[in-house]
Amino acid sequence: MSRISKTIAAAKQAGRKVLVPYLVAGDPDRDTTVTLMHQLVSNGADIIELGVPFSDPSSDGPVIQLGAERALRQGVGMKTVLSIVSEFRQKDDKTPIVLMGYLNPLEVMGYENFVSQASSAGVDGVLVVDLPVSEAKELLALTQPAEMDIIFLVAPTTTEKRLQGICEHSSGYLYYVSLKGVTGAAITDADSIAERVKALRERTELPVVVGFGIKDEASATSMAAISDGVIVGSALVQKIGELTDSGARDEAAVAQACELIGRLRKALDA
Amino acid sequence: MSVSESEHVATTATAQDPFSGPDLTGHFGRFGGIFVGETLMAAVEELDRVYRQLSGDPQFWRDFDYDMAHYVGRPSPLYHAERLSEHAGGAKIILKREDLNHTGAHKINNTIGQALLAKYMGKPRIIAETGAGQHGVASATVAARLGLECHVYMGAEDVKRQAANVYRMKLLGANVVSVTSGSRTLKDAMNEALRDWATNVDNTYYIIGTVAGPHPYPMLVRDFQAIIGREAREQSLAEYGKLPDALVACVGGGSNAIGLFHPFLRDKDVAIYGVEAGGDGVETGRHAAPLSAGKPGVLHGNRTYIMSDDNGQILETHSVSAGLDYPGVGPEHAWLKDAGRANYVSVTDTEALDAFRLLTRKEGIIPALESAHAIAYAIKLAATMSPDQTVLVNLSGRGDKDIHTVAGIDGITV
Repeated sequence: MSRISKTIAAAKQAGRKVLVPYLVAGDPDRDTTVTLMHQLVSNGADIIELGVPFSDPSSDGPVIQLGAERALRQGVGMKTVLSIVSEFRQKDDKTPIVLMGYLNPLEVMGYENFVSQASSAGVDGVLVVDLPVSEAKELLALTQPAEMDIIFLVAPTTTEKRLQGICEHSSGYLYYVSLKGVTGAAITDADSIAERVKALRERTELPVVVGFGIKDEASATSMAAISDGVIVGSALVQKIGELTDSGARDEAAVAQACELIGRLRKALDA
Repeated sequence: MSVSESEHVATTATAQDPFSGPDLTGHFGRFGGIFVGETLMAAVEELDRVYRQLSGDPQFWRDFDYDMAHYVGRPSPLYHAERLSEHAGGAKIILKREDLNHTGAHKINNTIGQALLAKYMGKPRIIAETGAGQHGVASATVAARLGLECHVYMGAEDVKRQAANVYRMKLLGANVVSVTSGSRTLKDAMNEALRDWATNVDNTYYIIGTVAGPHPYPMLVRDFQAIIGREAREQSLAEYGKLPDALVACVGGGSNAIGLFHPFLRDKDVAIYGVEAGGDGVETGRHAAPLSAGKPGVLHGNRTYIMSDDNGQILETHSVSAGLDYPGVGPEHAWLKDAGRANYVSVTDTEALDAFRLLTRKEGIIPALESAHAIAYAIKLAATMSPDQTVLVNLSGRGDKDIHTVAGIDGITV
């Protein structure tokens, strides 16, 4: 069983929802990202989604775009991203890490290279936003023997036929995209999300984690109530962006940025 | 000239005929495919289904051909540029006059076709990305004609560079959205259009302006633009008694080029040249020539040659021509390059500007800066050929939109 599956299974057994923060690797800089990751865990994060910055993030809203731009200004590439994971792993060999990003950095690095280096750095799963199942055969052939999970997105627009392929090839968890749009948009129709997530959970054993538009206690608890947990991206990246604006990188400032995750943890456990 | 309906029908690549791609999953060899976020997958698959069905329906092509004749003004003529040919000193240079189309470029062929698709699909809202503004104008034009809501995404840099086209789009009733993310040019406009599409996918049709993007766009944009090559082929036979010896077209995303090339791919004696934007020179790194100096990767929904760094980040491009200022290229061109069927070359900004002035003075035709790249290479190529040979150049657009740019280079404010 992968580190991701174990973590989610343990949470389930304890009757707890998983909390998955997303942050961009190298935002605001490499070392602060490592500090942030540890802080997120101590604030109650179960899994960390680490964004691989990309120049053309066409599925992301303005907040995460800016996060990626901040990281790219520091010259952060896959090598730095993996070094962040390695360093994090020196002190934490329990918290699963999922790399989330776009395909071109993997294409340029070479899939084989990527899987072997990511694996040895301590990456547990990968979510490639612009790689649908139909184009993922080559990557799946490499991740499966490496016991790396591939997480696919399920969207409100996903058809029954596509869902079949996604469930068949996903491992770890399914990332349910709560809304039509980009990261950071607002959830407007919680009832219809609940309906779709319910249908999704009836047809797959895979845990379902909901992301997009989760920014506070209310949205986190309402989405967690219908799923196995929630992903919080833009709301956190916004806080990290404020770190840069103030120029503060010390532990107190970093703790401040992670305080949101602590609050959501409390709300989910209440 | 009317083209028989059967010629329009999309086919599938077979071992017998490698030029009938893409395959059913949208691949040209290892290129093409569908690489978009899950939210858009259903929309892209629906478009593929609708297009495959409609492209087999003779009525669809009758509607298309009617608009081509009565609204666009097709067929566009072939013109023997005698004084330019004499200057080059070799083969006859023949121009395919896409600059004479309504709205001034080949872009309208595609937007007419895709507007028909939007109408059949019942989408009341269209979006488009644009670089130089030609595709934006062509999209705003068809939207005005059909009474559709239209939003055009344009990089903030290009909004500044192409103020006249921005105003044309506004006159036509379109909302022009200035994109300030990333490098603020065409690629960023395309990112923003994709974001809009994911948000408004239920009621919105995305008119991609070139033969890039996820399948089926490279296929359907090519099919709409292939009217250029079909006409040129028939006109060449009728007027010159033979096929051209060489074809030349500029390549940004590559829609005017594939439109000209595609109907000639099986004519193996016809040499094919795609001309990329060399900017300051390919060796300087400041260019927009992914086929000449890029590597395979994935951008905006397809696998193709792109300009990216060692970390896989997309590089900023440089060209005097906003319409060629794009770091990727249509996947069919990537495949034609690897298959050796087409040659891809580049000319610099300076060479393109010289050709711009030369065509203007020798023939009284002011070409778009994009098309001037093709003219520049055609002059070089013709010089190596004999007077009984012909070089057919796609004059993809007129240069009115570029007057400000060229005047600026001359130090004149118009």
